[in-house]
Amino acid sequence: MTVPVQDRMEPMDLFSNYDVLGAFWVTVQLTVYSAVGALVWGTVLAVMRVGPVPITRGFAAAYVTIFRNTPLTILVLFASLGLASTLGITLASAESTTSIAESTFRLAVLAFVVYTATFVCEAIRSGVNTVPVGQSEAARALGMGFGRVLATIVLPQAFRSIISPLASILIALTKNTTVAAVIGVGEAALLMSEMVENESDVLFLVFALFALGFVILTLPTGLLLGWVARRLEVRR
Amino acid sequence: MRLTRVLTAAAVVAALAMVVAACGGGSTDTASLVDKARSDKTLTIGIKFDQPGLGLKLPDGTFAGFDVDVARYVARELGVEEAGITFKEAQSAERENLISRGEVDYVVATYSITDARKQEVNFAGPYFVAHQDLLVRTDNTDITGPDSLTANKKLCSVRGSTPAQKVKDQFASDVQLQEFGKYSDCITALLNGSVDAVTTDDVILAGYAAQSPGQLKLVGEGFSDENYGIGLRKDDAGTAAINAALNKMIADGSWARSLETNVGPSGYTIPAPPAIPAS
Repeated sequence: MTVPVQDRMEPMDLFSNYDVLGAFWVTVQLTVYSAVGALVWGTVLAVMRVGPVPITRGFAAAYVTIFRNTPLTILVLFASLGLASTLGITLASAESTTSIAESTFRLAVLAFVVYTATFVCEAIRSGVNTVPVGQSEAARALGMGFGRVLATIVLPQAFRSIISPLASILIALTKNTTVAAVIGVGEAALLMSEMVENESDVLFLVFALFALGFVILTLPTGLLLGWVARRLEVRR
Repeated sequence: MRLTRVLTAAAVVAALAMVVAACGGGSTDTASLVDKARSDKTLTIGIKFDQPGLGLKLPDGTFAGFDVDVARYVARELGVEEAGITFKEAQSAERENLISRGEVDYVVATYSITDARKQEVNFAGPYFVAHQDLLVRTDNTDITGPDSLTANKKLCSVRGSTPAQKVKDQFASDVQLQEFGKYSDCITALLNGSVDAVTTDDVILAGYAAQSPGQLKLVGEGFSDENYGIGLRKDDAGTAAINAALNKMIADGSWARSLETNVGPSGYTIPAPPAIPAS
């Protein structure tokens, strides 16, 4: 039996045969949208958790406990199979010719926001604890309400002290976006499974390529935010 | 004092290196599969653990499916009884590595013969020719084959798989593709109506259809050929013995019987056996 002679794949062939940059661009988009959403929702949760109203405090505490301890894969899969498939909440117009792609991307972002916000909330709560109690007592003595104390005195200082933990959460989120592949979002991990399927003779090259891609995404994030954290540190 | 510490460190490093080498060394013996089966009376075989009808690990720890039957038949022909077989899970992405590291003696796991894979492993067979097909709900009448994939139909397949890529390449303008990590997720989506069809090799689909009797049907208009082979180490000349075993399995009727019990209940028509080269 004659086997067609095939040259071994070179690294450059992988780039010309596959849209590696496009896949990583989807990873970046997933990360950015989820990070913004998680920061907003996480801040709201943190405000609820440190606030004076028992119901919101209880809700935020329960929310964090439940979603922080649920495996991310289950959340992502539930967003697609549970929300979209079974309950019909698709987050995209059903008539659109790309409704599946749009819907799975948005559902994945939703799942990442729901999950990552719990970590953001806990980071902010620990940041709030770094602000001396005397400051908020002094603010209250001046007649400021809860919201004003939080917005002008506590949170600005809290955020400045938690940039490093937030950077860790952002890096973890970047790598967590690979979970979106289980519901078919066309990001880096999905392309990697395609390449593993087709290019089984250069498996290690494929793995190295994607490992390198993630290092390129996360290393500057860590360095940049580490520098920002040092610049903005509140000296006490 | 410092010298002894350096020497101790060096000794530890050397010992570690030897351990590592010994671990790797176990797999690099060049004994052929046939010789090993004859002398040791044991074989380690890679199969799928999660593919109903082909290779499935049952709750009681036993294995069932067409691939499992093929693996057992070949082992028996090589002189290894059932007690001597160890089944090991061979997930799609790991198959080449399992073989080249010597962790399994051969792989029978819906393993399509492709040129890229031939660079890494030797293939015996093909023992089955599958065709990419469509699985739809029983009440569906408008999907009759690849030509009817129009009007924004929704297809589901496993992420990164060859059938999924084929849909992206050939039908991208007419259909939408939902990709999941597992076929069972696609079947869930198909049963609750959020996708119109699941696509992959017909024999795999038949295994799932047999699990939900009366609810799903195969369209039966295959549009590609996938040659399932038995993968073994690149330098192993055991393909001739395995091919002889496969030919015997087809000739004595066990091949068709196994397909009939494993995927027959779905209504899938058992195809004619492929021609297996003598060597």
